[in-house]
Order: sequence, then C-alpha cells, then structure tokens
Amino acid sequence: MMKRSTLDLWVGFFVLAGLGALVFLSFQVANLTATARGDTYEVKARFDNLGGLKVRAPVKSAGVVVGRVSDIRFLNDVFEAEVTMAIEARYKFPRDTAAKILTSGLLGDQYISLSAGGDVANLKNGDTLKITQSAIILENLIGQFLYSKAADGNENKK
Amino acid sequence: MNRVNAVVAAVGARVVGGVWRLGFAARFFLVMVKHSPTAFRRFHLTVREIYFAGVLSLIIILVSGLFVGMVLGLQGYDTLARYGSSEALGVLVALSLVRELGPVVAALLFASRAGSAITAEIGLMKATEQLDAMEMMAVDPVARVVAPRFWGGVLSMPLLAALFSAMGIFGGYLVGVVLIGVDVGQFWSQMQSAVDFREDVVNGVIKSVVFGIAVTWIAVFEGYDAPPTAEGVSGATTRTVVTSALAVLALDFVLTAFMFRGVR
Repeated sequence: MMKRSTLDLWVGFFVLAGLGALVFLSFQVANLTATARGDTYEVKARFDNLGGLKVRAPVKSAGVVVGRVSDIRFLNDVFEAEVTMAIEARYKFPRDTAAKILTSGLLGDQYISLSAGGDVANLKNGDTLKITQSAIILENLIGQFLYSKAADGNENKK
Repeated sequence: MNRVNAVVAAVGARVVGGVWRLGFAARFFLVMVKHSPTAFRRFHLTVREIYFAGVLSLIIILVSGLFVGMVLGLQGYDTLARYGSSEALGVLVALSLVRELGPVVAALLFASRAGSAITAEIGLMKATEQLDAMEMMAVDPVARVVAPRFWGGVLSMPLLAALFSAMGIFGGYLVGVVLIGVDVGQFWSQMQSAVDFREDVVNGVIKSVVFGIAVTWIAVFEGYDAPPTAEGVSGATTRTVVTSALAVLALDFVLTAFMFRGVR
C-alpha cells in the first residue's frame, strides 16, 4: 500500500496537469482573451440581399474584427433584410459609415465590412447605417456574364 | 406448440430481465448519489480512487493522445495540401480533437483501463465476501466502496480528456510545423480564430463529463452486480468494456446532434 502523502502528491500533480491542459485549450487554442467581449453598442443596417451572412459573423473594419452580427431579420413591409451588429464600445465610427457584405477568400464565410465616412458625429446605440452594399451573388454574376456574352454574339452575327 | 411457447417465453424472459437490470441500475445510481456526501466528507477515499482511475491512466492517455495528434497531422496535411490550404492544419487538428476525438477516445481508453479495473475490484470484493463483511460491521459498502470509485472516475475523466486533446494538438504541432514545415504563425492563428471557447471547448468538456458519468456508472454497477464467482467477475469485466464503449459512442452521437447544429 502506497503512503498517503505520495498518493496525494501524485493526485495533486494529475489535477494540476489536467487543469493546465484546460487552460491551454481555452487560451492557446480557443484564444479566450481575444473573444472575451466587453461592452458593445448595436448598429442596424438594411440590405437587399444578405447572401450567406449568418448570426455571429464578424464585423470588420480595415480587416480588423470590431464586432459581431447579433441578429438578422426580414422586414416584410420593405422586403429587405435588417442586420443588427454588436460593435465593441471602444471602437467609434462616424455616422456616415458604409457597410458592405464581403466574402473572406474565394469560398470563405461572409462578413460585414465597415468603411468609415467623414462625419464629425459618431454612431450611437440603435442607429441605422444609411449606405449599404449587398452581397455579391455568384449566380447573378454568372447570369449577367452569360447575358452580355449572348448580346455580343447577336451583334457579331449582324 | 410447446416449442413455440418455449421460444416466446425465452424472448419474454430476456426482455423482462433486461428491463429489470435497467431499473436496478437506475436505483443503484440513486443510492450511489444518496451516499455521495460520504465520498466528499472522507475525501481521502476519493483521492485514492482518483489515483487509481486517473493518475495510472495518464501514460496510456498521454501516449495515445500524442500519436492520434501526430497521425491527424500527417493525414490532414496530405488531404489539405490537395486543396492548397495546408495552413488550415491547425484548425483541423484542434477542432477534431477538442470536439470529438479527445472526449471519445479518452473515454474508450478510460473504460478499458480504469473501468475494467473498477469492475474487477468490486466484483472480487463481492466474490470474497468483503462487501458482506462490511455490512456486518454496519459499514455501507455503497458509501465506502462504490461512491468514492464513482466520483474518482467522474472527476478524472474531464481532466484526462483535456490532457488527451492538449497532447494531441502538441502532436499535430510536432508533425505539422516541426516535421513538415507548415508556417507556425498560420498554424496557431488559424486555430485560434476557428476554435470557439463556448462552442467547442466547453462542449467538449461537457461531453467528457457525461462520458465519465456513463463509463464509471457502468463499471461500478457491473462490479456490484457481478455473480460472486471467478467466471462471473470475468464476464462482468468484459461487459463493462463492451457496454461502456457502446454507451460512449451512442451518447456521443446524441450529444453531437444537439451541440453542433445538427438538431434544434
């Protein structure tokens, strides 16, 4: 039979190593410090077409994540999509900031890109962005391309 | 006609026996929970079981984790390189380990390393009438023997799963970055942006806690229920490993379906 103090030592070592592994997973692998969010303020924007934008998608400005999409709803009276973004309170944006839906990489996820305007007043909680640009839908692009090709072909025949 | 009756009766007996065992296991669980305060009041009993279930499983868990991570690194690189996105290797290794392989493989190893030992020990204590002797001395064997083993296993399992995942990610790092030469910054930064704390790490821990409860419950129950013979104990030990493995894989499906956007 093992001495109780040796046993306690091994169990203590085991528990500390296990907790260390959890801390490693939380901070080094999941980067908890960066995703821990403080205060945010909400800004709304309306789009004709969201493409594949989802709740929790990043909101970026100049490529840096400044917030997350917190809610997406369909406005039945104007047939547009309204996106609510939670932006971190430490980031201030002018009131005439423009929102675009972009895709990260060729096949990546979609995100909202904010381009700051020149207004002196800053956005407040609950404001709605005036200038927006919808997602680019690949099928529409291909459709336009084929249409213009077909039009070219007709002209050549004449 | 008698033949048919006998066959139907055999089926019925099996079903009734199965349901009876299930009910017995559930009541056993309740009794165990009722006696759990003892396991915490006399915590050195539980510490001893953490040593046997957790510390002694460390070697197999750490070595398996390292090799699983290294194989993931090799196989993942091979597949990802075909799509020209070998930098995503860190994401692949971390997500598959934290979400699935860590809890599941650690639970399977835990069942065969510690679960079988728990069943054999309790079964043998029953066969050699040590449990009866305890009852004679007015010591409740469930409080003294079963509850500390149960809590020792339940407390060990999440720690073992976390160590398995951490070790596996280290193995993936060794193969991906050190051996093959994936960019070290890309490896970690893509992993950090793709792995979510709440969604992936916490769900992985919840899984390992559930597996820990299931495996240890099966182990102590099979030991306590074992026929008090050499054959009975060996049969119970086999049943522990088989039932635990099936329970872990089935529970994993259910938990994954609810956690990761499969079923809402």
